[in-house]
Amino acid sequence: MKILVVEDDAEAGRYLARALNESGHVADLASDGEAGLEMALAGSYDVLVVDRMLPRRDGLSLIMALRAEKRTVPVLILSALGQVDDRVLGLRAGGDDYLTKPYAFTECLARVEALARRQNPQSAQLTYKVADLELDRLAHRVSRAGEDIPLQPREFRLLEYLMRHAGQVVTRTMLLENVWDYHFDPQTNVIDVHVSRLRSKIERKGLPTLLHTIRGAGYMIRDPAK
Amino acid sequence: MAAPTRDLTGDTGRFAGLRRMARTTAFKLSAVYLLIFAIFSGIILGYLAWNTRRLLDAQITETIETEINALAEQYRQGGLRRLISVIERRGRQTGSFLYLLVDSRGDSMTGNAILRVPALTVNPGWIEMSYNWPDEPESVARLAKVRVFLLPSGLRLFVGRDLEERSRLQEVTRRARGLSLLLVVLLGGFGAWFVTKRVLARVEGVAKTSAAIMEGNLSHRLPVTNTNDEFDRLSMHLNQMLDRIGELMTGLRELSDNVAHDLRTPLTRLRNGAEDALRKATTLEEAKLALERSIEESDNLLKVFDALLMIARAESGNLATSLQPVDLGELASGICELYEPLAEEAGLDFSVDVEPGLMALANSELMGRALSNLVDNALKYGLSENGKRGALAIAAQRDGNSIRLSVADRGTGVPPEKRVSVVERFVRLDESRSKPGLGLGLSLVAAIARLHGGELLLEDNTPGLRAVLVIPALTRALESA
Repeated sequence: MKILVVEDDAEAGRYLARALNESGHVADLASDGEAGLEMALAGSYDVLVVDRMLPRRDGLSLIMALRAEKRTVPVLILSALGQVDDRVLGLRAGGDDYLTKPYAFTECLARVEALARRQNPQSAQLTYKVADLELDRLAHRVSRAGEDIPLQPREFRLLEYLMRHAGQVVTRTMLLENVWDYHFDPQTNVIDVHVSRLRSKIERKGLPTLLHTIRGAGYMIRDPAK
Repeated sequence: MAAPTRDLTGDTGRFAGLRRMARTTAFKLSAVYLLIFAIFSGIILGYLAWNTRRLLDAQITETIETEINALAEQYRQGGLRRLISVIERRGRQTGSFLYLLVDSRGDSMTGNAILRVPALTVNPGWIEMSYNWPDEPESVARLAKVRVFLLPSGLRLFVGRDLEERSRLQEVTRRARGLSLLLVVLLGGFGAWFVTKRVLARVEGVAKTSAAIMEGNLSHRLPVTNTNDEFDRLSMHLNQMLDRIGELMTGLRELSDNVAHDLRTPLTRLRNGAEDALRKATTLEEAKLALERSIEESDNLLKVFDALLMIARAESGNLATSLQPVDLGELASGICELYEPLAEEAGLDFSVDVEPGLMALANSELMGRALSNLVDNALKYGLSENGKRGALAIAAQRDGNSIRLSVADRGTGVPPEKRVSVVERFVRLDESRSKPGLGLGLSLVAAIARLHGGELLLEDNTPGLRAVLVIPALTRALESA
């Protein structure tokens, strides 16, 4: 995946680019808003990671200029301003996701990969299939090895989100934001309990484990054969 | 120390005070009033004088007419001779009319006055003319109102009345006018000076106090005289503003003290851990463990930081513009749904009681955060201690004009004397700090409640704690607007 990081802090930018490279992506680095816009327009990137406060042209204005040029490349906004209205402003300017500084790299990576996948036409599928686990969005049905599994609406949405990002790490914050639409961090492990309930419903003895806990990062549904 | 009181324009010198006074709004206003008043009283006095003169003239004319009628009667009865004798007799009386009868050549036949113009040049009718008494020097000119008649055989009869009385009256009114104008100006000027001085004194008081405040002593308050005039109201408002600023500054100072204190502890821990690992860790595993602990510690620090910023933003009222109509019942249901599995896992009796249609102006994200904080708290501290099954009850109900969102547990509760302090920043009941937590949860919830124009109440759930968010409900009128 080709990623453009627009970050004016040299240290933070280099760290992020190196970490993305180590995760198997190709990351370019731009250190101000003008250079970032130029590179974004010239190159074909899968995802942009843009800091909000940049010299010469701030992040939001960069995104708006990009959208004015009809570029739909997904943008993850990085910002030290983590407040309610700031996030809304960022998304309204054309950003696709918002991450507050400081962040864990795993969180950032998971979101970048989720954004890239969103561009993929497969994301709008009506059915998802991971190994023998199947989810039908229209019929609202889930089955494992041909056997129907009754799920609560929320559990269904949780599973749908996990399956749409099959093979990717999904963090707890991403689940909280996308499945529950809450943008705050509960002090307790609420998400873990929901996931373990879901797990108890979809996993079967004798069948391979599909829903994995990724330590220090989040969860992942994965086809063991792939 | 007080800076020397100096005129803002730097005006100095002997009449600086007066000049400064003349520049004030109060003085200018008084001067304008004075001018208007003077003009009006001038007009009124002038009208009065003009009217008196008119009245006097009418009176004089009338008496002359009466006299003439009497003379005509005499003339009709006794002819010219009778007329002459009457004129002679009446002309000798003091304060008499002015009479003069001249023949067709212009020579005086009888009368008590000498005309200053040839008698024949005067046409019949009303006229004001100069004359002399016969025993007076010619230099003394008198003015009279005269009626001139033509009698048969070319005789002319002059009957008139001296106008000295009238001009004396005119003189009196003229003097009165001048005097009263002078009085108006004097009194008005004094009034302007007095008012200006008074206003200046009040303004000076405000200026002095604000100068003292600017020098850093925020405890000063503007003087209030209890007259409840506009200055008092202004002073009271400014004083309220100063109170609020004082509160905010105290809050800020407390906050920075607390931040310094409570961030220093985990920062020290973080530093010590790193130092320790640097000195002792010999294997990669040990080093990794130490790094993980460091990351955990810094994450905690960031959470403290975030919560503090959130409280500060909520308290500053910056977010008040982000309030929108929100169904708080739905919001509470959502939170319940999120926490239900957790409560069940903790072995709590979980009950939810939510009324429909609880609309309020709210920031749904902040309210959600506040509720989840309360539920987190209940889960953390609300577990029954004597082995009995704990309970967690969440309710959203309408209560008159407000909405009560309550989260109740069966834990140890909060003793009444601690209910105020536990809402303050960094205050935790659990003084040993054995359970994880920042000590910021309730103060954040309280700040969010205040932002929504409501409050956070901590009640006794006998046993346990019932935390209630009281939020003003949206009225129907507002809803449709």
